[in-house]
Amino acid sequence: MIGTRPWLLSAPALVLFLVMLVTPLIMTAVLSFNSFDFYGGIKPTFGLGNYADVLSDSYFYEIFGRTFMIALVTTVIAALIGTPQAYFMLRMHPFWRSVMILVVLGPLLISVVVRTLGWAILLGNNGVINEALRRFDMIERPIKMMYTSGGIVLALVHVMVPFMILAVWAALQRQDPATEKAAESLGAGPFTVFRRIVLPQAMPGILSGSLIVFSLSASAFATPAILGGRRVKVASTTVYDEFLNTLNWPLGAAIAIILLVAVLAIMVAWNRLVEKRFAGVFQ
Amino acid sequence: MIRNGLFAKLFSIVFAVFMLAPLVVVIGVSFTPEGFLEFPPSGISLRWFRAILDNPDFIEAAIMSVQLGVASATIATVICIPAALAIGSGRFAGRDALQALFLSPLTVPTVVLGIAFLRFLSMMGLNGTFWGLVFCHVVIIVPFVLRLVLASVTGLDPSIARAATSLGASDWTVFRRITLPAIIPGVVGGWVLAFITSFDELTVTVFIVNPATTTLPVKLFSHITQTTDPLVASVSTVAILFTVALMLIVDRIYGLDRLLIGEGSR
Amino acid sequence: MAILELRDLTKRFGETVAVDRFTLSVEKGEFVSLLGPSGCGKTTTLQMIAGFETPSGGTILLNGRDLAKVPARARGLGIVFQTYALFPHMTVEENVGFGLEMRKVPADERRRRIAQTLDLVHLSHLSGRYPRQMSGGQRQRVALARALVIEPELLLLDEPLSNLDAKLREEMQLELRRIQQEAGVTTLLVTHDQSEAMALSDRIAVMQGGRLIQEASPFDAYDRPANGFVSSFLGKSNAIPGHLEGGAAGTKLRCRELTLDGPASGETPGPVLISLRPERIEFTGEAEGIVAGRVSERIFLGDKWLFKVETGLGELLVVRRNSGRREPEVGEAVHLFWQAEHLRVLSAESAE
Repeated sequence: MIGTRPWLLSAPALVLFLVMLVTPLIMTAVLSFNSFDFYGGIKPTFGLGNYADVLSDSYFYEIFGRTFMIALVTTVIAALIGTPQAYFMLRMHPFWRSVMILVVLGPLLISVVVRTLGWAILLGNNGVINEALRRFDMIERPIKMMYTSGGIVLALVHVMVPFMILAVWAALQRQDPATEKAAESLGAGPFTVFRRIVLPQAMPGILSGSLIVFSLSASAFATPAILGGRRVKVASTTVYDEFLNTLNWPLGAAIAIILLVAVLAIMVAWNRLVEKRFAGVFQ
Repeated sequence: MIRNGLFAKLFSIVFAVFMLAPLVVVIGVSFTPEGFLEFPPSGISLRWFRAILDNPDFIEAAIMSVQLGVASATIATVICIPAALAIGSGRFAGRDALQALFLSPLTVPTVVLGIAFLRFLSMMGLNGTFWGLVFCHVVIIVPFVLRLVLASVTGLDPSIARAATSLGASDWTVFRRITLPAIIPGVVGGWVLAFITSFDELTVTVFIVNPATTTLPVKLFSHITQTTDPLVASVSTVAILFTVALMLIVDRIYGLDRLLIGEGSR
Repeated sequence: MAILELRDLTKRFGETVAVDRFTLSVEKGEFVSLLGPSGCGKTTTLQMIAGFETPSGGTILLNGRDLAKVPARARGLGIVFQTYALFPHMTVEENVGFGLEMRKVPADERRRRIAQTLDLVHLSHLSGRYPRQMSGGQRQRVALARALVIEPELLLLDEPLSNLDAKLREEMQLELRRIQQEAGVTTLLVTHDQSEAMALSDRIAVMQGGRLIQEASPFDAYDRPANGFVSSFLGKSNAIPGHLEGGAAGTKLRCRELTLDGPASGETPGPVLISLRPERIEFTGEAEGIVAGRVSERIFLGDKWLFKVETGLGELLVVRRNSGRREPEVGEAVHLFWQAEHLRVLSAESAE
């Protein structure tokens, strides 16, 4: 009965996606198999040379290792902060809850460049944090935070923690608030209620939030570019340099494709794991 | 209702400070009378806000960002409404694949999208053009619009449309008089979220602009990576105020949590 | 001795008084229902007993112990929530065992008591299931088992059957009564469903606007309602405004142009509300009829007939048991009769 109608309705979007998304991605995949030299530019050859270059060079291993380490640490910290914060927000007075929602979600709508500029001002050797510590004689020499992985993680947590809170919040909203009362009436204290009743019910949210945060952190660009510069490179800033400075597009494309495949592989594996773990308990 | 204890309150305060600190220092720094970034500022001066007027590139970039945001959000919304109606109101073969395709820009790392668009546009000879930028942005923001419109469509009782049909309305009338008014909050919310996403977009845009089509985030980014003067802070402050104003309006008419959580459907 | 004693319990939310000087005591082993329409304060009362709301005034005594300073988790009450509030990530066994775990009951005793309680609610075969894999009635039993296994001094039931469909609800009513009696646990039920309250309880406390209106056995509350609200809330009832006149030969009731013989009544002469249960009215011949009327509507309900009859007293509801005999048709002229002792004379202010 329905027939071609849904396809007609989706046709404009579908055509756009085929032309503007699928084609460019295929072209990029093809590009990553081309070769490059500094005089002739991109050569339409077809080989695995770029992948061999990347996978045989410890420099690139270091970059990918750093990229995923930063993403992992960011995810863990975001989960550790975001989960309790989402729970506290659920229990707040409605007025404070709406204030907190603005505080949490507002930054999401402000450009990452602006937020990262704020962190650069805070973290610099003459930045706000170091100046404050020096004024109270807690340090003699500034703590180096700009151009370090730690600084990038701190700013990324700031960017990512709203996504974690949103995911956990959504899971907690599905929870029957009476389960907490039930546990309390059976003799559980606040910490036990959180650990035994709230946390397991928030777990699907934590896991899906972790997935979002991890994949966004692994491919983040603005924050590592501003706070890490040329000194602390990650996969996305390396791709940027290959494309816009070195102009070795095929090599850049190969790095990008490796990043894409790695992120997708991790996402699929994670989903599998989650589905296995929670089959039967949550749909 | 069980209320929070002391620990929860302290935790929330520290967290709020953490979330607001970078924005507060940017705004604070922008009022400095000095020629370098200092916080807290040694005095209050509008020097760096006046400096914006002497730097027409920032103003041009801001205008470009607004035009780009309006054009791409509008196109994305127009193509997402029929797509959401198709996906949201009934099963058909290929439905899940279609939905996955339209949401896929969320899963592909943005830097990969950036180089893919760069490669595509330069082969088509469209690199750096306004409409090239617009269509790239449409692809990036379609998932945001689709999710919100889809949430409204699936929240719709299908028997309402059937009731209208049984009373003699044509498909187009059903859409115009029944369906569209019912999903309009999702449509408006989706447009605003799309506009903001486009307005803030850096990672993809940085690959595909040229000096004539530079957007505000790209301009800020290249300025920050080259020099550090309070000009970036004052421009950022203006951008923050613009976003906050937009945010408060949206929160009034649609609800910020609904906009970003998407009514629980993902 | 009373297990639970509420004395002048009061709860204010800002300007509104949700519970107003509510006093009630529940004896050991008793099944008491708090009955009232939504917003009457019954749920707030339960929340205060459970410890989830702080009273604005009055005291709650459990076995003579003041609960004011006792947090919810230390009150030791068994609570069955309206939504059941089962822990979705725990199996039936884990759900039921949670309270014992909190009480640090050793594992082997815990297993024994879980098995025993699941047996009581006839769920032993489902102990490994998750709540989501069960039907509404089964979840209800798990919730009951979880509340009973801790051997509470008092069991609180918050609209426990409202999420079940009509047929299951009737089954669970009988089941609930059986389990309560077998476990011998003192029980306080909160409900808006009058038939549920009457079927289950030893005693009913009817609430309205935060106040206790009547406290009586189900039979007495139905048969001798304290006011017009109770008489219309418990079952169906005809409420006839009238005027009471005392006399040496007995009371007389004047309603419109008719004068009826009234029962002995404590009401002072003046305007009153007369309540008459529809099943106490009979169709009769013209000679014996108290009022004449005409059937305006007739509804067949299987085991009984429901008639609306236009009379000189206004429209009266009449219920007749389906005895297989012919009953009057719509439009038919009828004569109604009742024993004067079935009339209840209530104060006129209690009319809604």
